[in-house]
Amino acid sequence: MIGIEHYVVVSSILFVLGVLGIFLNRKNVIVILMAIELILLAVNINLVAFSAFLHDLTGQIFAMFVLTVAAGEAAVGLAILVIYFRGRGTIAVDDVNRMKG
Amino acid sequence: MIHVIAFYLFAVMTIASGAITILSRNPVHSVLWLILAFFNAAGLMILVGAEFIAMLLVIVYVGAVAVLFLFVVMMLDIDFAELRAGFVKNFPLGMLVAIVLLAEMVLGIGAYKTGALQLGAPDGTAAQPAGTSNIEAIGALLYSRYLFLFEAAGLILLVAMIGAIVLTHRQRGDTRGQKISKQISRRPDEATVNVKPEVGKGVSL
Repeated sequence: MIGIEHYVVVSSILFVLGVLGIFLNRKNVIVILMAIELILLAVNINLVAFSAFLHDLTGQIFAMFVLTVAAGEAAVGLAILVIYFRGRGTIAVDDVNRMKG
Repeated sequence: MIHVIAFYLFAVMTIASGAITILSRNPVHSVLWLILAFFNAAGLMILVGAEFIAMLLVIVYVGAVAVLFLFVVMMLDIDFAELRAGFVKNFPLGMLVAIVLLAEMVLGIGAYKTGALQLGAPDGTAAQPAGTSNIEAIGALLYSRYLFLFEAAGLILLVAMIGAIVLTHRQRGDTRGQKISKQISRRPDEATVNVKPEVGKGVSL
């Protein structure tokens, strides 16, 4: 029978994949943002699984708030990415420290 | 039995598509694999009876966030080969961090399974009432106990929307937009001119 441990294992593997994605694609901001989405997805799976197995809906409510923050973060992050590309013509994040003013 | 098969199907698909998302060469493929990961995660959530969050995941993530990613990836003209230059160099460190992190998490889950870890028990105030659907129970909880948090979430979305618009909006000098005030303030006598050209001379404009 599928218990909560199965869900926790899936979500922790997904979380680690997200962290690994940030390390592997250090130059590509788009993939870094996608890796952050993967991390938030792992958190959501965790919240929903505990909510379901403990019979407490609070976890699902908070999964909704995590979803809200993820949507806002993606919107603002991609907007910053677009203006960064407009100014520099590249999205390599190695030299973001030259972004002043 | 079907429950177990479905769980393993969704779990393996979620993890596999998550892995391909971060390893794919082409970011467009990454976004598409990310969408598959979201769909399978929604399936995982349906298996435990959280239909509302699962549907929200499909609508918000697949319908909005992933499409936004697709737009941006396709809109920007980026040399992706150059961006993957550090991939091999970062691989050992990344794998090391990932393995350490995963080992820590597995250790935590093992400690929980052996009973060394005591989780807090729910007090039952947020339990789903018998005979109600998932969405009904979530709505009752969201609009009563978590009303202010819900409004704060709406505020966050509003601020994010305004921020994205303010960041990406630009006044371009090279476009000729419609000037309504100039259009409606024109009078016939200043807009037209009556000339009587002589034959064979043409008109001067």
